[in-house]
Amino acid sequence: MRTLIYLFIGILFGITMFKSEAASWFRIYEMFKFDSFHMYGIIGSALVIGIIMVQLIKRFGIKSFYGKHIHFVPKEKSFSRYMFGGIIFGLGWALVGACPGPMFTLAGAGYVPILIVIAASILGTFFYGLVKDRLPH
Amino acid sequence: MNWIYEPWPWYISGPMIALVMFLLLMVEKSFGMSSNLRTMCTICGAGNKSAFFKFDWKSQKWNLVVVLGAIIGGFIGSHLLSTDPTVAINPETIADLESLGFKSAGAAYLPTELFDTAALFSFNSVLMLTIGGLLVGFGSRYAGGCTSGHAISGLSNLQLPSLIAVIGFFIGGLAMIHLIFPLLF
Repeated sequence: MRTLIYLFIGILFGITMFKSEAASWFRIYEMFKFDSFHMYGIIGSALVIGIIMVQLIKRFGIKSFYGKHIHFVPKEKSFSRYMFGGIIFGLGWALVGACPGPMFTLAGAGYVPILIVIAASILGTFFYGLVKDRLPH
Repeated sequence: MNWIYEPWPWYISGPMIALVMFLLLMVEKSFGMSSNLRTMCTICGAGNKSAFFKFDWKSQKWNLVVVLGAIIGGFIGSHLLSTDPTVAINPETIADLESLGFKSAGAAYLPTELFDTAALFSFNSVLMLTIGGLLVGFGSRYAGGCTSGHAISGLSNLQLPSLIAVIGFFIGGLAMIHLIFPLLF
């Protein structure tokens, strides 16, 4: 049952990524060119609603569907890993026009070359695991 | 019902993403796609090479199911819910891309130069997709999250680390488009 819920949420996410055009390389390029409000509108409106949602959950102690307390895991404090990691991610995001959610959506949509991006991103994560201890965090 | 076949405007798409995050929170999970890349490394046996990949991947099975859903959603979105996937980007962007050699700008969902099956036989295209993928995988794990984990989940929870990461995403993205693209294309 729970597996079906995760599958449903994923399908909803995939459809949204494709139909919103957030999975389009062109929209990402346009965003970094500041030529359109589209992507900023998507991220911005998701964020405004997200902030209100999280605040309401915290303020009113809203329980999960299974009746438990909803837990938010705070990210570790650091600067360098977020800044350097973020820049490296951003370089790749702009080049392939896809981040880790949309790249799977594009695979489902039938764009075969995206499989190269997916394989390379798994490999990139593997390289990070190998050199992790030698990087500033 | 015709609207569903049209590209969704931002004010539908943004709230839908928030809904996805809300549903995940309500089933006691969090929204973040790049952690799946680490899980996939572990499944492939990366735990033998680095302790970073030594964890019980079955605890992350739920997120792999979300990925499977995202793949199915991509199929449904493109094959069943779209009549014309052309992305109507700004005419200035189209002119700009055409000058860089992207002839499919304004006439496709993805640039054919990189994502058409024929691109698989172009050394340059494969090289660019590979380098981009490596950067995305390496960077998202180094930064501890990607667009969903930081720009949506983390910022929704008003986390400073996520703000730093998102600023990093933009520095990297702007550098790629404005400084590196003119050298590549």
